Amino acid sequence: MNRRNYFHLLLLAAAVILIQLCASGLNKEFYLTQLTMSAYYSLVVLGLCLLMGCAGQASLGHGAFFAIGGYMSAVLTTHNLAVWQKAVWAGWLQRAGVLVLQDNLFDGTSQLVFTPWAAFLAAMVFTIVIAILVGYPSLRLKGHYLAMATLGFSLIVYRLLLASPLTGSADGINGVPPWPILPGLTVSGEKPLRISNYYLSWLIAMMALVLLMNLVHSRVGRALRAIHDGETAANAMGINTGRFKLMAFVVSALLAAAAGSFLTHYNAGIGPSEASAMKSVRYVTLVAVGGMDNFWGSLLMSVLLNFLSLRGYFGTYDHAVFGIILILIISLMPDGPFKPLGNLIQRLSTNRIAGGKEKHGSA
Amino acid sequence: MFSGITIGSIYAVVAIGFNLIYSATGILNFAQGEFVMLGGMVAVSMLSVVSLPLAVAGSVILVTLCGCLLELLFFRRLRRHSILHMIIITIGLSIVMQEAALHIWDEKVRSLPYFTGNEISTVQIFGAAISPQVFWVLGTVSAAIVILHLFYRYSLYGRAMRACSSNPEAAMLAGINIANMRTVAFGLSAGLGALAGCVISPSAMTQYDMGPGLAIKGFAAAILGGLGNPMAAVLGGLAVGICESFSIILVPAAYKDVSAFAILLLVLFVRPNGLFGKPSGGHVREC
Repeated sequence: MNRRNYFHLLLLAAAVILIQLCASGLNKEFYLTQLTMSAYYSLVVLGLCLLMGCAGQASLGHGAFFAIGGYMSAVLTTHNLAVWQKAVWAGWLQRAGVLVLQDNLFDGTSQLVFTPWAAFLAAMVFTIVIAILVGYPSLRLKGHYLAMATLGFSLIVYRLLLASPLTGSADGINGVPPWPILPGLTVSGEKPLRISNYYLSWLIAMMALVLLMNLVHSRVGRALRAIHDGETAANAMGINTGRFKLMAFVVSALLAAAAGSFLTHYNAGIGPSEASAMKSVRYVTLVAVGGMDNFWGSLLMSVLLNFLSLRGYFGTYDHAVFGIILILIISLMPDGPFKPLGNLIQRLSTNRIAGGKEKHGSA
Repeated sequence: MFSGITIGSIYAVVAIGFNLIYSATGILNFAQGEFVMLGGMVAVSMLSVVSLPLAVAGSVILVTLCGCLLELLFFRRLRRHSILHMIIITIGLSIVMQEAALHIWDEKVRSLPYFTGNEISTVQIFGAAISPQVFWVLGTVSAAIVILHLFYRYSLYGRAMRACSSNPEAAMLAGINIANMRTVAFGLSAGLGALAGCVISPSAMTQYDMGPGLAIKGFAAAILGGLGNPMAAVLGGLAVGICESFSIILVPAAYKDVSAFAILLLVLFVRPNGLFGKPSGGHVREC
């Protein structure tokens, strides 16, 4: 990360604080709820940005990874293990803080469930395993094939979630408990916790951003970009293309699953529509709109569009709006709206300095 | 078995559609399933004005034009873009078409009337009771495939299209207008899809969101046969259809689609060049 990025990060932090102050001041705190959710969705987009923008691999399976993370958290923290309460290992796990006895919200009986932290870690491990299982064979495929393979994977996950009773079929799971992530800090959608959750979500989003930018500006990032520009050439240069692609895939899947886990605790539930192909396509749209390899652009567009969509400004045309944006952006501005804008600004400023002698095409 | 062959033949048509566009342009059209949906929808709407055969014909023509239009509007201008962009734009088109269908028609499941007889009329063959619609599906699909084959083999246009797919530059030097051939390929593939959408509509119903599922299974069929090989795609389609209908014996019906997608993934991972295709080194996969 260079100095400019730190400056941008500070700017982002200032904007986040300013928005909170404005929202609180104007008594419109309910906006913060959608902004929190947008921040979590942006985690998925940022991860996908790494995979699509830097490594040039299209994945239509990120909705599925989001759902895997969310459902793992939801199932583990709500599924009652009381049957095994007498078992020895249940006692050990309870003492280790992995399992916890909790009152059932509906009938007051106590149930034995995983703690949110344990569920989150289990979700991460599970995601890594799934991502490697899916990624290893499918990343050897190129272009169309990769997109189709990941789309097939996400459809499988969607169908499994819809069909299996463990995941609540079409209703999904609700009643997911709040997640006390640190002492005094709880991921939950309750009204008094709105502001602290808003800051928490943005802190996580910014941490992901810093992480990814450092990754991109490292040896790994250069390798990924080499793969994007020419896989054969990268291979010839001694880059282990398979390993780096798999790594990018796993990292982005992890971010998606983490976002799913956080958002499930925040919304206290999750439904199968999170794994639908539409969701995956939406993430791809957001990455494309942001300019493919532009983390800042993707983050900005993701927050903006997710916010508008969650507030319901698009009404019944929600999906159509995303489809149309996708087509327009790709056919008119394949590099996203930010690059031409940046070029324009650069051109104007160089023109001013060089007295207009600069060739216009070169900017 | 017969339901498997019937649905398999529809997958085969979708797979051929994939092949047509792929060999002419190198694009995999994710909106392929939408053509099938549109075909059924348009025919159902036209039925209120004209008779059944006219409605089917009209819908096929309309969707063909729609396919040509898509090519003219989007893909012709975007030749220079990367594969990633192409994939994304066909995905976008698929969504927009789906949403347009949702708003023009609605989320209700529709169907055309049975072409002959009705829901309960059957034909007895070897002790199995089969709906006459099955014969319509099989007949139409095989006729379409034969005509397509003859078209490719003997007509000037078909030969020109084959030339384009095997070597675009040489075809261009020989005076073939490649851009027009691409438009024709899109139109043909859309028309075929629409025809399939019409014949399958009485038994399998038409719904606005049927597209992606069909596209994926059609793609599985195309891959099973090997891309760029339309006739093998037919076998691939039948295989996928039969596997799907037999999977009901092994797993609950709710998991039916899962098995079809699992076949796709398996084939992609194990034999990306198709069961009948030759491995062409470094073409599909690297490493």
